[in-house]
Amino acid sequence: MPVLARSDKSILGRWWWTVDRWTLAALVVLIGFGILLIQAASPAVAVKDKLDNFYFVERHLIMLVPAVLIIFGISLLQPRTVRWLAACLLPIFMLLLVATLFWGVEIKGATRWLHAPGISVQPSEFVKPLFAVTAAWLFSRQCERRGFPALSVNIILYMMIVICLLMQPDIGMTFLVSAMWFGQFFLAGLPLALVGLCMGAGIGGLFLAYYTFPHFTSRVDKFLTHGGDTYQVDRALDAFTNGGLFGTGPGEGTVKMSIPDAHADFVFAVAGEELGLIWCLIIVALFAFIVLRGFWRLQHENNLFIVLAVSGLLIEFGLQAIINMASTLHLMPAKGMTLPFISYGGSSLWSLALGMGMLLALTRKRYGLNEI
Amino acid sequence: MTNKRRNSTQQPSLPGLFAPIAKSRRLATPSEQALDVARVRIVAAIIIFALAYLVIAGRLADLTLMNDNNSDALLARPAGNDSVASRADIIDRNGTVLATSLPTISLCADARNILNADEAEQKLLNVLPDLDVKRLHDDLHGAKHCAIIKRHLTPKQYYAVNALGIAGLEFRPDERRIYPAGNITSHVIGFTDIDNNGLAGMEKELDARLEENQEPVTLALDLRLQTILHNELSATIDEFHALGAAGLVMDISTGEILAMVSLPDFDPQHPGDGDDEAMFNRDTLGVYEMGSTFKIFNTAMVLDSGVVRVSDQFDTVHPIEIGSQTIRDFEAEKRWLNVAEIFTHSSNIGSAHMAERIGGARQRAFLSRLGLTEKAPIELPEVGQPLVPAAKNWYDATTMTVSFGHGMAVSPVQLASAVATIVNDGVTVRPTLFLHADKSTNTEHIISPHTAAVMRGLMRLVVTRGTAKGADVEGYMMGGKTGTADKIAHGHYDPHARLSSFVGVFPLNAPRYLVFAMVDDPKGNAKTKGYATGGWVAAPAVSRVVSQIGPMLNVPPLEPSMEAIAEHQVLKPLGTEVLDGIQIDEGSNYASVESDSVQ
Repeated sequence: MPVLARSDKSILGRWWWTVDRWTLAALVVLIGFGILLIQAASPAVAVKDKLDNFYFVERHLIMLVPAVLIIFGISLLQPRTVRWLAACLLPIFMLLLVATLFWGVEIKGATRWLHAPGISVQPSEFVKPLFAVTAAWLFSRQCERRGFPALSVNIILYMMIVICLLMQPDIGMTFLVSAMWFGQFFLAGLPLALVGLCMGAGIGGLFLAYYTFPHFTSRVDKFLTHGGDTYQVDRALDAFTNGGLFGTGPGEGTVKMSIPDAHADFVFAVAGEELGLIWCLIIVALFAFIVLRGFWRLQHENNLFIVLAVSGLLIEFGLQAIINMASTLHLMPAKGMTLPFISYGGSSLWSLALGMGMLLALTRKRYGLNEI
Repeated sequence: MTNKRRNSTQQPSLPGLFAPIAKSRRLATPSEQALDVARVRIVAAIIIFALAYLVIAGRLADLTLMNDNNSDALLARPAGNDSVASRADIIDRNGTVLATSLPTISLCADARNILNADEAEQKLLNVLPDLDVKRLHDDLHGAKHCAIIKRHLTPKQYYAVNALGIAGLEFRPDERRIYPAGNITSHVIGFTDIDNNGLAGMEKELDARLEENQEPVTLALDLRLQTILHNELSATIDEFHALGAAGLVMDISTGEILAMVSLPDFDPQHPGDGDDEAMFNRDTLGVYEMGSTFKIFNTAMVLDSGVVRVSDQFDTVHPIEIGSQTIRDFEAEKRWLNVAEIFTHSSNIGSAHMAERIGGARQRAFLSRLGLTEKAPIELPEVGQPLVPAAKNWYDATTMTVSFGHGMAVSPVQLASAVATIVNDGVTVRPTLFLHADKSTNTEHIISPHTAAVMRGLMRLVVTRGTAKGADVEGYMMGGKTGTADKIAHGHYDPHARLSSFVGVFPLNAPRYLVFAMVDDPKGNAKTKGYATGGWVAAPAVSRVVSQIGPMLNVPPLEPSMEAIAEHQVLKPLGTEVLDGIQIDEGSNYASVESDSVQ
């Protein structure tokens, strides 16, 4: 990064002095961990799938280029532009989301992916950050009361997305989007009585899902009784035990040989075995830093839309990391969710880049402005 | 912000949903009031997220530092791992190892981790050419977690396979049972399968004990005696072209079996190579019509009853016709013989007449008390049920034939124990393979000490003047009784196939050890003038055994002068009348040896 003078008024200069450089640095370190771990974990998986040793490594690096460009490019935008961008892109991806129900490809019992020549897309991943910003706009409009039926539109949007997700089905994503949306609603001043009601409804929804989706039922049963096939989780726990304080060293682990998803959902187990407790705690600390710092900085933010949008993005990002790590550590039922910026996976990586790009754009220092 | 608030033109009334919050902040715009609420509530979000990440960090530390439960799978290390519970050793009375466990390495394959199964297959076949190609192929291309490729690699093979550097091949600590004495102890020790489960002998009898307790099991066996007995019986089989042999050495005072050999035998390291004959324990599982050695019991019974004295004479001139059978003597003396002569010359006719005086019911009860009608109480899984006619089928003919050892079949270990009991003043001797086994507190005398003394005298006469002159060992005061029984072949007794045996006891002046030998179907040779009877075949074998083991058992040979005194002591209970009356036909001693035949 060339040294930019504070007086530099170019786009790049303004960006550098206003962007949240600490968060940016944390993201860069996370991406660095991702590059390290994909090299350690994925060759074993690639060989098993009869692919070239470095197939996943190459793909990951190739996909990182657009991801970095997305983060940087979006973070250059003004909050107003970000808002419009989200509001415009959301309908497109929602249409794609609906399309998955008709033309989607079924993988392991769920239709989440659209295959086009040369590229596969999981629209729900992109809906997630776009909806966070759009919903924040609608909540803030509701509070500012400008005669627009913002709440109704918001609720309808939420219901449409949740129904599409449940039809795929994708309980994890439903949970994530719901947590984000109700989190925003909570911050936007939802009365405490209703907060209790919503939490009750959420718990009820989980019970309903338990009795409705066989896949979800078996995952929860496995967690509660530790019966059935808990092979992946058991090996993941072995990995952490084997890793100990300092780990076996990058590339020296064995858990990746036995877990099919070692490069994706279970990459944290590889980190546990090969990097050890200390580096794993650093990874946890990086996620905690980004989320907690983000929330903390909102204390000084005067724009409700930005508070809600950033909160929504942080909830999605932070919760996704928590769900991934907690699943791997057997603190909750196994849930297929990537570890942000570390796991392999194109759609996930780009949607996270989109979300973090918007987060950086929205959290840039603005002087003397409340309206955007 | 304050500036903004003042200039606000917004309506003070609020959307219904947010009314409760707004009431407390009448001056602020709805947006600003919402912001204030949001700031407070963000603290809640911060706390929730911070707690969640703390829980994850705590769980990480817990798993990596404190949890060592699930580590076995990943931490399994090959070679020299002492974590494998080892099967206990079996040792003899002197501490010599008879069975032990050796840690070895076994090779298994996790097919899912093998990168190039075809290459691995080829490389493994180069190093371990005796592997089954098809099975290896299936194991390497399958999906098994751990397919056993080969058990018990030698260190050389282990090194070679390790040097191949094939991922997915794993070495498991394993254990192999080793029998240092090999064939010599095969039937007593038995053997295990490849997973160290006892399948025969002591290995089967003590299977649970050997698995649970690491302490070695000490047997009564003495490997030195076992080896001598094994050698002599083998030599006897070779000399007489016999089918097999059985023998044992017993400590009369404790019932401990110091040696027990059954031939042919097998290599316990490769038990699968042995045929049925080799696997068969003739000492405990086999039951045989023992022939004239049973006259020890018959004579003891008759004398102890008080009905007959040693000097009483019986008709041995006329063969006995009973039912369809004729009892005759092999080489009759053509005169009436007294009890001592009947025993010494092994007259069947005389024995039958003696038994007649007692009757079948008392005879059967007596044999029962000697343990001859029940399975031997020996600590092996292979114990044969004696073949004994039921009481209601015990006819007069049975009484007569049993008197000289036909019509019922017992195992050698039963016979030895019963003979030991007779010699041991009639106090029951229970056979045992364990050192210092709990001694029975039973002091009941099955026969009186006086009868026992007479029997010892008679057994001495058999060796000095009777059918077993070949058994004498100078200075050891040997005594005993020969037996030659026709074997049953094709439903009737075959006079040309027999079991020749000898049961010897020494030193008779203070009886301590019993040596038994039985040879299956020996063929006479020039040296034995064509005879293959117990006196010609088994007695010399016992003699050779005793002359070798006597010094090991701390039984010093007696000086000739002492021997004469001991001889006098042993023979004295027979009485001068009997001793003087015995007519010895020196020339016919060996010729008239055995006389067991039932036609």
